[in-house]
Amino acid sequence: MKYYDKLIFELSRQGRVGYTLPRNNWEKSADEIPAMLCRSVEAELPQVSELDVVRHYTNLSNMNFGVDTGFYPLGSCTMKYNPKINEEIAAMACFRDIHPLQPDCSVQGVLEVYDGLCRSLEAITGMAKFTLNPFAGAHGELTGLMVIRRYHELRGDDKRTKVIVPDSAHGTNPASAAVCGLNVVEVKSTADGCIDIDALRPLLDDTVAGIMMTNPNTLGLFETRIREIADMVHACGGLLYYDGANFNPLLGKVRPGDMGFDVLHLNLHKTFSTPHGGGGPGSGPVGVAKHLANCLPDMRVEHGDDGMLHCVSHPDATGQISGFMGNFGVILRAYAYILMLGKENIKLAGRLATLNANYVKESLKDCYKLPIEKVCKHEFVFDGLADKSTGVTTLDVAKRLLDYGFHAPTIYFPLLFHQAIMIEPTETESKETIDAFIEVMQRIAGEAIEMPDELHTAPHTTPVRRLDETTAAKHPVITYAELRLCNQPT
Amino acid sequence: MGFAYFPHTPDDIRSMLERIGVATIDDLYADVPDDVIFHGDYDLPEALSEEEVRRFFAAIDKKNQPLTVMVGAGAYDHYAPSVIQSIISRSEFLTAYTPYQPEISQGTLRYIFEFQSMIATLTGMECCNASMYDGATSAAEAMMMSIAATRKKSRVLISSTLLPQVRRVVETYAKWHGVKLSVIKHCDGNTDLAHLESLLEGDDVAGVLVPSINRFGIIEDLSGFADAVHSRKALLMVYADPSALAVVRTPGEWGADVTCGDAQPLGIPLSYGGPYVGFLACRKEYVRKLPGRIVGATTDVDGKRAFVLTLQAREQHIRREKANSNICSNQSLMALYVTIYLSLMGKQGLKDVCDLSYGAAHYLHDRLLETGLFADVFDRPFLKEFVLKSDIPTEKLQKALLDGGFFAALQTEEGYVSFCATERRTIEEIDRMVDLIKCIK
Repeated sequence: MKYYDKLIFELSRQGRVGYTLPRNNWEKSADEIPAMLCRSVEAELPQVSELDVVRHYTNLSNMNFGVDTGFYPLGSCTMKYNPKINEEIAAMACFRDIHPLQPDCSVQGVLEVYDGLCRSLEAITGMAKFTLNPFAGAHGELTGLMVIRRYHELRGDDKRTKVIVPDSAHGTNPASAAVCGLNVVEVKSTADGCIDIDALRPLLDDTVAGIMMTNPNTLGLFETRIREIADMVHACGGLLYYDGANFNPLLGKVRPGDMGFDVLHLNLHKTFSTPHGGGGPGSGPVGVAKHLANCLPDMRVEHGDDGMLHCVSHPDATGQISGFMGNFGVILRAYAYILMLGKENIKLAGRLATLNANYVKESLKDCYKLPIEKVCKHEFVFDGLADKSTGVTTLDVAKRLLDYGFHAPTIYFPLLFHQAIMIEPTETESKETIDAFIEVMQRIAGEAIEMPDELHTAPHTTPVRRLDETTAAKHPVITYAELRLCNQPT
Repeated sequence: MGFAYFPHTPDDIRSMLERIGVATIDDLYADVPDDVIFHGDYDLPEALSEEEVRRFFAAIDKKNQPLTVMVGAGAYDHYAPSVIQSIISRSEFLTAYTPYQPEISQGTLRYIFEFQSMIATLTGMECCNASMYDGATSAAEAMMMSIAATRKKSRVLISSTLLPQVRRVVETYAKWHGVKLSVIKHCDGNTDLAHLESLLEGDDVAGVLVPSINRFGIIEDLSGFADAVHSRKALLMVYADPSALAVVRTPGEWGADVTCGDAQPLGIPLSYGGPYVGFLACRKEYVRKLPGRIVGATTDVDGKRAFVLTLQAREQHIRREKANSNICSNQSLMALYVTIYLSLMGKQGLKDVCDLSYGAAHYLHDRLLETGLFADVFDRPFLKEFVLKSDIPTEKLQKALLDGGFFAALQTEEGYVSFCATERRTIEEIDRMVDLIKCIK
């Protein structure tokens, strides 16, 4: 990685261009637009050559770390390998040039892909029906909750405004519930991070819309009493929501539908190998049990009597949640991945992810504090270094890993432990890669005793070192125009 | 038999299990009750090789009909410079995640900062976030932002001239979020200021959402809107096409507090509706109400220029149910896409795109009127999209065009037909389509 300090605006020279357009032979021009409808001050966009642009963004890319660069054990994010064939399929010109409002008869291929992925996800999860319209995991959560509210509304059950969320849940769970107009009630975890059933029982009444759960939970532990929880929630008239952020270890092994869940979302960018893109585009398909099928959002793909696939709306739908039919480019990639896996390899995916995680856990539990001695699934959480006397924190460990060429795990989440380090290796990493990571983690534990200052000031070899985040938040400078003002001599 | 994405050899598995201290991988699932384990066969096809996957999708593609697009309605067929695909395919961008470790994510952080800067200058706003999912959800987030920014107000006004999919998504979010919506009528194709003023009288209005260019393609005259809205202490929010803002008066110049929209027209392929990228920009006083990621400038311990995710106290991973929004992942790679697009096009290129689109759309408009089969609905300025009335039944019109290889004449809810032409359309294509229409019997 190499440091490069420019912003594209700083390469700009008056009169330089980076584009080609056809000669303008049209009679009329935008000069006809009345002046009062026109902008009066020019936009401050850069004027650069094509090569300027190529070099600039290539230089920026050289300061970035991706799955293709190296091991990326970011817990809860499932940073598995993103197969290149997926990219090839998504880039096929034919799919790129289709307008989202084209008549169904002209887009049968597109609808077949949409329908085909829905069917595959139904088979994999045991749910009855899917929508692929949600754009991300959090968007899927929100959509799923809207489906739950719509279901209760159609039954005339309007008291159900409460949603139960475990205190260990991802932050998006309570946030999605609040956006959906539901009141969040937290349920405590037991010492091993599972839902405290005794704490859950008194919360269950006729105001419960549902409960949101991840299984395995954020500690990577399987909620073994899931069927019992499902029965309790159903008995009070509530529904069960499955947050698919942690679905990877169950891929090919357990179907959420069989655990009693009524609604779920999956993250195609986690379990189904589509690239994370620096924070999107993702995709958060929502699947539901049969009794909720009609409540899925508009539009949906259905088989018509004419033998064609159609995009249709439904009167019971919870509404429309996306401009069109979701991130189709991501849908194509996930479908290609499932076709490559096939019915035989899918059974290995989750199992190998779980194998890798347990191997790392068992190899490092002498140097790092393992708060819960249990078999984990795709990920697990350490509570910092085993030896706390050195003053070396989880942040220091994470930053030191960068010096050794690894991405850091998720840190300080879940909030159940003060020094949480959450590690998720995924199934696509080899034993050699994982062994190298283990060795470095052990070495860092040694360094914590021998040279703690090196760790407090790590990283040392990255393009930039630790940042002043406090000033950035206190005096936010978030555009180039502001930055220029700051840099002017006073 | 091995599989390309799983590197484990039988020896690897054996030695790993040994260290863990279990006999088989399935022992790692011993805590899972047997009745939830799936013992059956998945209803999926057998694994395909890459070559078979290529063939599979090539066969599916034959079921799509390639069409020349002369419809907009929220998705615009603009030219995409070849540089962009090449850069966004770089795995350092493509396979990274949210820049949680800024020391090894300066590439992502830098382009987000550039994206924020470019959208801010285009829209005439002071602040912008790292991106939203699409235009429709950015409008819904803008609505919730106005509720959060004004105290004890529960109503939002939306114009009847917004794109239908934007209106529907805003309605869905409003219903479940508990926001009352009222629709502002239009007067001759422009949002009706008098009706807006009458709806403001209740004093319960938090925000007012109107388009800059509306679903009829009309460039709206928003004179007097900001004063009317601000006098009732509500926020003026404008839904805008950033591609048009090289020429068209900006939301900032109209006095807007918030601008939302879809940046798809900045060269993003149609791709059957996604991935696109929404944006949300605002005046500085509302920056702490913005949802989503925001990148700020700072320095590292050595004083080097650096960028970092900032103002995170607004976000779901800190504030949980009290967060501004639930958004987490956004459309980062597509934000990179439009940042590269805007870098290449620059201030002149974007104006040229508007000029070419204006020329093509007005040529199409005039040729259609010449046929005598169409009439204008409104007499207002438009850029690249417009609606007409026709006596030809729309279904017949669309069918004839489809058979001739065109997607055009989309029907609006009033029964008008909508057309669009961008810089990608040639005079030959337009002439051929008009000739097709002339042959309809």
